[in-house]
Parts: sequence; structure tokens; C-alpha cells
Amino acid sequence: MDIIKGIRSRRGAKLNIKGVAEKILSKTSSSPTYALNPDDFFGTTPKLLVKEGASLKAGDPIFFSKQDPRIKIVSPISGTIKAIERGPKRKIEKILIESNQSSEVRTHDVKNWDKLNRDALVALLLESGNWPFIKQRPYGTLANPDETPKAIFVSAIDTAPLAADQEYLLANHHENFQRGINVLNKLVDQAVFLGVDASHTAPFDHVENVQMYTVSGPHPAGNLSFHIQQLSPINMGEYVWTINPEDVVNLGRFFNDGVFSPQRTVAFAGNALKYPKYFTAKIGVELAPMIKEVKIMEDSPRYINGDVLSGSSTTASGHLGYYNNLVSVIPEGNTYRMFGWLPFVDNSIMSLSNTSFSRLFNKKGFDIDTNLNGEERALVVTGEMEKVFPLDLYPMQLLKACMIEDIEKMEALGIYEVVPEDFGLIDYANTSKIEAQEIIRKGIELMINEVG
Amino acid sequence: MNFLRKTLDELKKPFEKGQKLEKFAPAINAFDTFLFVPNHTTQKGAHIRDAVDLKRTMVTVIIALLPALIYGIYNTGYQYYAQTGVSFTFLEAFMHGAWKIVPMIIVSYVVGLSIEFGFAVYRGHEVNEGYLVTGLLIPMIMPVDIPLWMVAVSTAFAVLIAKEAFGGTGMNILNPALTARAFAFFAYPTYMSGNKVWVSEASNVDAISGETILGTLAAGGEVNYSMFEMFQGAIPGSIAETSTLWVAVGALILILTGVGSWRIITGGILGAAVMGLLFNLWGANALMSFSWINHLVVGGFAFGIVFMATDPVSGAQTNKGKWIYGILVGIFCIMIRVFNPAYPEGVMLAILLMNVFAPTIDHYVVNGNIKKRKKRWALAQELKSA
Repeated sequence: MDIIKGIRSRRGAKLNIKGVAEKILSKTSSSPTYALNPDDFFGTTPKLLVKEGASLKAGDPIFFSKQDPRIKIVSPISGTIKAIERGPKRKIEKILIESNQSSEVRTHDVKNWDKLNRDALVALLLESGNWPFIKQRPYGTLANPDETPKAIFVSAIDTAPLAADQEYLLANHHENFQRGINVLNKLVDQAVFLGVDASHTAPFDHVENVQMYTVSGPHPAGNLSFHIQQLSPINMGEYVWTINPEDVVNLGRFFNDGVFSPQRTVAFAGNALKYPKYFTAKIGVELAPMIKEVKIMEDSPRYINGDVLSGSSTTASGHLGYYNNLVSVIPEGNTYRMFGWLPFVDNSIMSLSNTSFSRLFNKKGFDIDTNLNGEERALVVTGEMEKVFPLDLYPMQLLKACMIEDIEKMEALGIYEVVPEDFGLIDYANTSKIEAQEIIRKGIELMINEVG
Repeated sequence: MNFLRKTLDELKKPFEKGQKLEKFAPAINAFDTFLFVPNHTTQKGAHIRDAVDLKRTMVTVIIALLPALIYGIYNTGYQYYAQTGVSFTFLEAFMHGAWKIVPMIIVSYVVGLSIEFGFAVYRGHEVNEGYLVTGLLIPMIMPVDIPLWMVAVSTAFAVLIAKEAFGGTGMNILNPALTARAFAFFAYPTYMSGNKVWVSEASNVDAISGETILGTLAAGGEVNYSMFEMFQGAIPGSIAETSTLWVAVGALILILTGVGSWRIITGGILGAAVMGLLFNLWGANALMSFSWINHLVVGGFAFGIVFMATDPVSGAQTNKGKWIYGILVGIFCIMIRVFNPAYPEGVMLAILLMNVFAPTIDHYVVNGNIKKRKKRWALAQELKSA
């Protein structure tokens, strides 16, 4: 496929962290339980379809979205519902499924899928539990089946620190990837946009029916917000859909055999690991068996579902998130540093600021930890956010508009074009330790509630 | 270190949540975090954070200020001894200056930090580090013989009215240190202007002429200093403003560490140079004919543009805005010098004026981005309906 455009970002930062996953692919030893966490589906309130003790086939629905009852989240395996864990206000925090090790599956008729019209195809995707793979911009919620998006974006480049190599995930899955692309193409009026690394490898050259573009630059150049703004910017009232590359493969597999495919290739990475590497697993798999294999070198490290900038905390007994291709494990940093605020001391701590010599040393990669390296303060320093933010909008002004909940200003400053992950590096880099992602998430929630 | 840490933890116990001194926690925390970067870990958002924090940033500014401050202390003694004709050593000159200036610094820090701590406890937030810089800047831009109580009153005014009244660190419109100076300038004009205040003891000893170069020019006098003396800073003036050389060293530190905006500094120099050049061409009075290069090195221009105009809170915040803001500070500084003989030094008023307009500049810069976005929306609407 020809490249339609090369997009390039100069603003951002490549964080050079120790513990990149080695390209060794292991199979997970059997996982006794699997879990779904409704919080993985931003903007979706779960409504349960099953009770504790119910037995399920793989692909049986477990809950649906209160916002749109047609959207169902299905079980990745066959087994019984072991527990439904609830938090404050009876909010569902985790649905735990005990695997019965059988291969009972719910199958769907996918023969002649290419003859289906769009409505029938959408209905099939909804019914089979494949719909939650597709997310929607603005806001990054699950896609609305009643809308036709103006474009669908797939990014096969992940620039986040320690990220799984997307090309590696897709290796040997090109047939299913192509089928998945063909399915997506039926949902949209123009061919799917596929972003690849500027130095991408040969297999991508054979992907067809896509508008392929290349991406280069430091993180967050791989984030879809940047690609969308460059290629098909979202205007008020417009929708763009996004889907992870591995879920395109899952779609392709479903349309081959009619069975919901919850495949996850997951990288275990981070400087708390002795043997960082890849595993093949399923959505919601237990982390413990894999943790055993990669060997933890710390007493009580932090386990993160996702990357160190935007992932969510979990525990050694936790489960893999719905969309994650990466589990990061890094040491906690709950220690004191005497006079650590002096400029040019503690240069072993990674820093983008020139008040440290860290960038001159440590070419091999940094040991990181979760210390805040300071305390939250009023916003004082200006210009530092723009340095790590490639989108054509003013990040600090947007953050301030979100803080004062000024909806009109948020719209004007570009709230439709961002998701919290875009502010991950701002969280990391800003001097005042402002929680930018949290502010944007709250801003987006406000938009969903007030504007819809 | 472990012993110190344990002692501190023990000391902090009565200040913990639910204990009787809980309200005063910000005060003890300020001391604790001065000794140790705390063991706080990330709870939400990104799991890792940069090594930089506000303390590190502010301390970098203080380091950048030190060359100008040390030279200023020496120059205070140097001016005094040189004008009285007494022979002296470097150390004597330095001690003369230190004797006058160190008390001013102490007064400024004690008064300002007391208010800051009070507000932190009252409002229940941590003590912000911004005052570490403000507290040093205030004495650095005062005439050396100003009474200590005036330093105290100006400092209190600046912190209370210019900063805390607007909501504290990060919220102020005007640069607090310049506000302190402006307050003193208008409240106690006899101590802040004229030809008897700019050299140590000038008002007591007749032999000393305490006039600045700009003051001399405004009065129509002859300037007897060489270009090199002006650049190096062996001239009368506010304590630390005189040496363009050492201010430039500070500027270099600020720019290399990325703490000070090179856009504002470059813009300011450009604005002042062009304005100076234009006035040179006009040449209607002594100040107009004063070479544009000399305009850059005398008076408080260099100090102001490097350490005051670059204050990120009161200055422009967008990159484009920083250019415009810097250039306008430069232009207005020279304009005020030349046109208004009552204020031979223009940089203080130029920066305060631009502080007021900085949000407006940013507003128009950000509006450019908004307009672009809305235009795109309108175009999409048109295409849809067509």
C-alpha cells in the first residue's frame, strides 16, 4: 500500500527507561481466574446480566452498557462467575470468573459476512461482544452504534515508555489483520487510516484497503489524537472511531470462525523485572503466573496495567486490563532524599529539565520509581507543557478551562480533540506536579454529562 | 541522615491529621521539605515524575541572582570608598556593602516569609517557594541607604496586596518584587530618587555624589563613565542592577537551565535596541542622543529584563506572547526614560505596565488558535449542508 502522508512531531520526549521487554514470546501457564473491570470502559455504566455462580460459555454476555443496552461485554473464557466485587455505593469494581478449563464457546454465523449490509454487520458486532473493541472520539468512550464515523483510525505505533512493539504483536497475524480491516471498512465511508512507524517493516507493505501513513517523533507522537488532528481533525458534532491493532486481529479471527476472540499479547516490562518479555494471553488473565516467570526484583513494586504514564495501578493478584498490551512493574519510591531539591544533584533521576545533568549521563536507560520528586504547587512555570505536547492547541489554557468547568472555553480550546493519555507526559514533566490527566478526565466527564 | 529523619518524624507527630497542631502543618512541612524531598509517591495520573520541582526551579533563579548580588555588595563599598577618596581593599569594600545589604535581605525574608507562612496556615495549603526569589529580589533593587523599616513596609505591601490579595503564588498580576519597589518609589520618593540616594552614605557625606548616569543625563549633565565601567557595573545605582556583565552571567544560567524565557530576554533587548536606535536618529535631548548600546547597559534595564520580566506568573505565558511582551517591555523602557524626566529609569514602570497587559496579549494569541478551530468547524458545517 502506498503511504498517503508522513506525519512528524518534534514536541514530546522519549523517556529512556530500563526494562524493555525482550522479544521472547511465552505462553501463559493456565490462569485459574479471569476478571473484567468495568472501569476499563470509560463512560460506561455496567448493568449485570449474570449472578454469582452462573456458568458461562466463552462469548456469553456478562454485562451491558446502561448508556446503550445493545453494547454487551462478553466472557473471554468458559467458567462460572466466582465473585462480583463492589466498591463504595455498590459500584461494580470487578467481575471474577473461575475458568473451568473447557473450551465451550458460543458461536455466531459469520459465513458470507461480506454480503451483510452495514446495519446487519453492526448488529452482529454488538451481539457477539466485539463492539467494545471500537472506541469513539471525542472523549474516548465506546463507539455509538447509531453514528457513522467520518473515519476509523488504527495506530500500529506505540511510543509510550516501555510500550509493546505493535509490529511484533501483529507478526504472523496478517491474514486476520487484513480481514479485520476489511470488516471495519464496511462501517465507514472512506478506507481505514493505518498509522505505522516511519521505519516500519515489510509486512505492512502488503496490507490492503487502508490509507496508510507514517509517524515519526518522540512520545506522544504515537497517540491517535495527534494522527487524527493531522489527518482528519474532529469538528464539533463529528465522530472518529479508533481501534487497537490487536483488536483488529481479534475481529478478523471472529469473522473467520465465528468465535469471540479475546487474544492479548502482553509485554511485561519495567526496571523491577529480571526477565522482561512477552506473553500470549487472553483479556482479563491473572497476572500472578506471568509475574512468577519474569521474576520481581523488588519487595513491593508497583504493578501497572498499561504504561507508566497513563496506566492504572493494580496488584500482584490483579488481572490484565481489557485493552492493555503492557504491564509495567517498577519500584515504589517511598524514600526521602536529603536536599534533593538542589539543582544538579541526584542526576541519576530521569529529568527533562536542564536543572539536572541527568540527560548527559545514563545513556543506557534510567532506573525509575514512583516518587513524586516534590510536592504539588501552584502553576508557576510556563512553556514546559507545550514542549511535550504535539497537538495544535494550548494545553495549559485547556487545563485551566477544565479546572473552572467553563464548557464554552473547553470546546473552543479543543476538548473534543484530546483524551487524558495525551496529557501523560505533562503529568510527568510539569514542575508543579499538577495532575493533568485527572483534570482532563474530569473535564471530559463534565462534557459528557452536560453536552453529551 | 537516618537520625535526622527520625528526629523530624518525631517532631512532626503533633502536626499530623487529627492531632492538635494539625492547622500548623504547612509551617513544619516547609522546614521538613527544605531538608528532605518527601517520600510521597504518585497516587493518580502518571506513575513516574520528573526530578524537577518548584524548589529546584526557584533555587536555580537564586543561583542566577548570586553573581549580580555579590558584585552589588562589592560595588556598594567600592562607590563609597572611591568617591570619598579613601584607599581600600576588596574585602573592605565587600564588608561595607555586606554591612548595609545583609540586614535588608534578612528583613525582606523575615517579613515576607512570615506573611507567606501565615497565609499558608490560614488557607491550609503548603508554603510555595516563590517568595525565596522575591525576598532576595526586593533588597537587590532598592537604593542602599533606604531605611530597613521602609524595606519591611514595602515588602509587606507587595506580599499582601500584589500577591495574597489575588490568591497567592501563581495568581498575581504584578511582579511582587517590582510592586515593592514601586510602592517605596511613590510612598518615600525622597529615599528612592534624586541625586543623593544611589551611593552609600551620599546623603550624609558631601563629597559623595549619589547620582545615576540616567539621572545625570536627565538633568542635562555630562557622563564621566567609560563604556566598560558601565558594562562592568562600577557605577551608582540600585544595589544589584549596575553590573550588566554579572546580570548577563545570570541570564546565561537562566537560559541554559531553561528556567528563564530566552524569548522574553531576547525580545526585550531587541525592543530596547531598536527604540534606542530610533531615538538616536531623532536626538532631540541628551537622553535621546545617549547611544543605544549604552541604553542597554546602564540603569536597571538588564536586571529588569532578565530577572523581572521573565517572571512566568506575571509575564506572558504563550510562546508568541512572550516575544511580544518582551519587545514591548524593551520599547516602553527606553520610551519612559527618554520622554519623562521625572522617571529617568523606565524599566520598572515598563515591566509593571506590561504585567498588566500580559493577559491581554495571551488572550489574543490563544484566540488565534480558537479562531482557526472555529473556522474549521464552520467549513465542515458548510460541506455537510452542501
